[in-house]
Amino acid sequence: MKKRVLVFFVLLGMLGACKKIMPKAPDEDQILDGPIEGLNTEETRLFLDGDIAFNDEVFTPQTGLGPLFVSNSCASCHAGDGKGHPFSTLTRFGQTDESGNPYLHLGAPQLQNRAIPGYLPETLPPGLAFSKFLPPANTGLGYLDAVSDADLLALSDPDDLNGDGISGVPNWITLPSYCELRPGAISNAGKYIGRFGKKASTYDLLQQSAKAYNQDMGITSLYEPVDTYSKVEMDPEVSNASIQALVFYLKTLKAPIQRTTSDTKVLAGKQLFMASKCNACHVEKLKTGESPISVLSGKTFYPYTDLLLHDMGPGLDDNYTEGSAKTFEWRTPALWGLGLSKNSQGGAYFLLHDGRAHSIEEAILMHGGEAEQSKIAFQNLLENDKQNLILFLESL
Amino acid sequence: MTIFTFNLYKSKPLLLFLMFLQTINLSSQNDSVRVKRSSLDTSKMLLNMDAVYNRPFLQYGKIPVALGGYAEVSSNYSVTDGITNGLSFQMQRLTLFVSSSIHRKIKFLTEIEFEGGTKQINIEFAAIDFQFHHLLNFRGGIVMNPIGAFNQNHDGPRWEFVDRPISATQLLPATFSNVGFGFFGKTYKANIVWAYEVYLTNGLNDNIISNTENKTFLPAAKLDPNRFEESYNGAPMSSAKTSLRVKNIGELGISYLGGVYNKFQTDGLVLDKKRRADVFAVDFNTTLPFMNTNITAEMTWLFVDVPDTYTQHYGEKQFGGFMDIVQPLVRKKMFGFERASFNAALRIEYVDWNRDRFIETGGKIAEEVFAIVPALSFRTSAQTVIRLNYRYQWQKDFLGNPASKTAAIQFGLSTYF
Repeated sequence: MKKRVLVFFVLLGMLGACKKIMPKAPDEDQILDGPIEGLNTEETRLFLDGDIAFNDEVFTPQTGLGPLFVSNSCASCHAGDGKGHPFSTLTRFGQTDESGNPYLHLGAPQLQNRAIPGYLPETLPPGLAFSKFLPPANTGLGYLDAVSDADLLALSDPDDLNGDGISGVPNWITLPSYCELRPGAISNAGKYIGRFGKKASTYDLLQQSAKAYNQDMGITSLYEPVDTYSKVEMDPEVSNASIQALVFYLKTLKAPIQRTTSDTKVLAGKQLFMASKCNACHVEKLKTGESPISVLSGKTFYPYTDLLLHDMGPGLDDNYTEGSAKTFEWRTPALWGLGLSKNSQGGAYFLLHDGRAHSIEEAILMHGGEAEQSKIAFQNLLENDKQNLILFLESL
Repeated sequence: MTIFTFNLYKSKPLLLFLMFLQTINLSSQNDSVRVKRSSLDTSKMLLNMDAVYNRPFLQYGKIPVALGGYAEVSSNYSVTDGITNGLSFQMQRLTLFVSSSIHRKIKFLTEIEFEGGTKQINIEFAAIDFQFHHLLNFRGGIVMNPIGAFNQNHDGPRWEFVDRPISATQLLPATFSNVGFGFFGKTYKANIVWAYEVYLTNGLNDNIISNTENKTFLPAAKLDPNRFEESYNGAPMSSAKTSLRVKNIGELGISYLGGVYNKFQTDGLVLDKKRRADVFAVDFNTTLPFMNTNITAEMTWLFVDVPDTYTQHYGEKQFGGFMDIVQPLVRKKMFGFERASFNAALRIEYVDWNRDRFIETGGKIAEEVFAIVPALSFRTSAQTVIRLNYRYQWQKDFLGNPASKTAAIQFGLSTYF
């Protein structure tokens, strides 16, 4: 009898343990990864190839890592395709104006702060200006890539002709030879509009990826063949096919899906966001132009960025810059996916270009320069309204 | 005897013939007067270190060679965060043993394992033992390093779970065998048995901090294809264990494995300082009186000297362990099996792959896995088990982001033959 009772309770316990017998997929709006809708079969295969290159490939000394590096895989810096953590923060140094970086011979612009065993990593040359860059989220990059230059120029107002205190300028950069111009590319004295990176110093996702392989992981390619340690051209350690698949993956990651859109507090927060003129830089809506990936062409999307440089004031001026940007200018970061940032940053917020802000409110209060009036408007809100505005930002 | 030994090892036909004999006698072994099967000794005074010889063997007549082995087959249906690759079947492993008494005091045993079909073929054990005294036995060959309990006592039919413990196979590299020499011994006094083992072998290499797992991973040492031929760095790995069993209480083992893992010099030129990996393990097993509940537990601590300038993905400290609880529910003649039993079991396991803290923030590095595995098993005897497992596992990444959740339903069987 005792044994039967025991059997009963054991089985009951096991049944209890199996209550949720298989874990469900998280809701689509709770995760950042996943492809955009509408890819055909071939595109889906390419997306999966890129997914493997991005999320599964870990470089080791045997497969080309380093000798100097910052990280050993793409996913190390962009967990779940989200924002990075201070662990994988990049350090760039040397350049203080648009004349270029005079310290390339000292390893500029990027510090490789790690090394494989048996090698010594680079150290920051004393006295030089530097800035730390937190890895950004990857989601929706294809949409940002497909916005036409003309649309970006239309958003810019370098001389503040409309008198709203917001300028917005493109970062005109010199392209590496392997970059292909996007449809309708606009040139200015042989330079083109950069749109990726904290200083908008990168033209497209191919340049971003080839540079990241090279500068972040010490992996040479046909695109970026110079080894960061020896400074000589090396055989490629990653194939063009892998890089192209990875670029396709980045282009076709879905855009973050806003959550709690009908929540009254979120709606009130959005109104306050607009009323505080945050949207002057964090432009709510953009439209893609022509894209070789058909599902990306002619799409309206909601990134909350204008992809332009803005003066952010002395508080955020690290005295380091890239391209034609001033040291106090930063590209407006997209706010979409902001509320999910903690899920890729180990449960805590690390915001602004170097992760110095540990909450959304802190990030807002660190704004200056062209954003000074918006910051003051936020400071003057009632506590309840501040929370609504933050709830709106967390819903993105 | 010498001539016979020579013939056995040089003559493949003889070996095949012996294996054939084993095969044709599987169904009629009870009727055979020539082929004798030694059964699994379930005496309570045996230790984990005895597991290598305490296996059911089949012996033909008076030939001093015995054969044995076990097979494990399973099916698995798992889902991770709502995504599944469907149902799959695995021939997890097929292992063959050959043992030989070369002399009253000289024994040889080898264990050859085919894992995942023929994906991996490993010599897990191939050693000659010389007994000089019960406290002084000399062993040479490919030995199973005595770290923890599972590495030595890993045969599938002994366990109620389809998967091997994560801490034993991924934190520790079970089955971890290396070429070398050592001593072991055992002594009894009243209700106590005490034993020791100590070996010097080839061992670790740089792969443990340079692998696609992106974490300090001791099993990556096994990727060196030359490890049975020569030492990676000329610095031998030492391993040692002491065990104590007290009748009606249980067995406690304390073990150590460690050595220099990196290639610190080549051609006499110094490349790096000597970097060590050191592993400590404690294992315990007991059978509770009255209920006959069997508890097996093992905990492991790993310390690795990782260069400060390397990536923190490769942690300097790791910890992991598992505990299995097996409760016989029914033990009687069932379905024609004289000593059958029906059991409920539970495994709890945890591994922290990286116990370090982020240099940048001071926060704890996560990279950990926790799993709970309720199980049911039906044993036709101590040698054969059919098992049904349900695994639920939480896995956190390096940064400590929300855990990915995996659940699996696993069915399998394992038997000595």
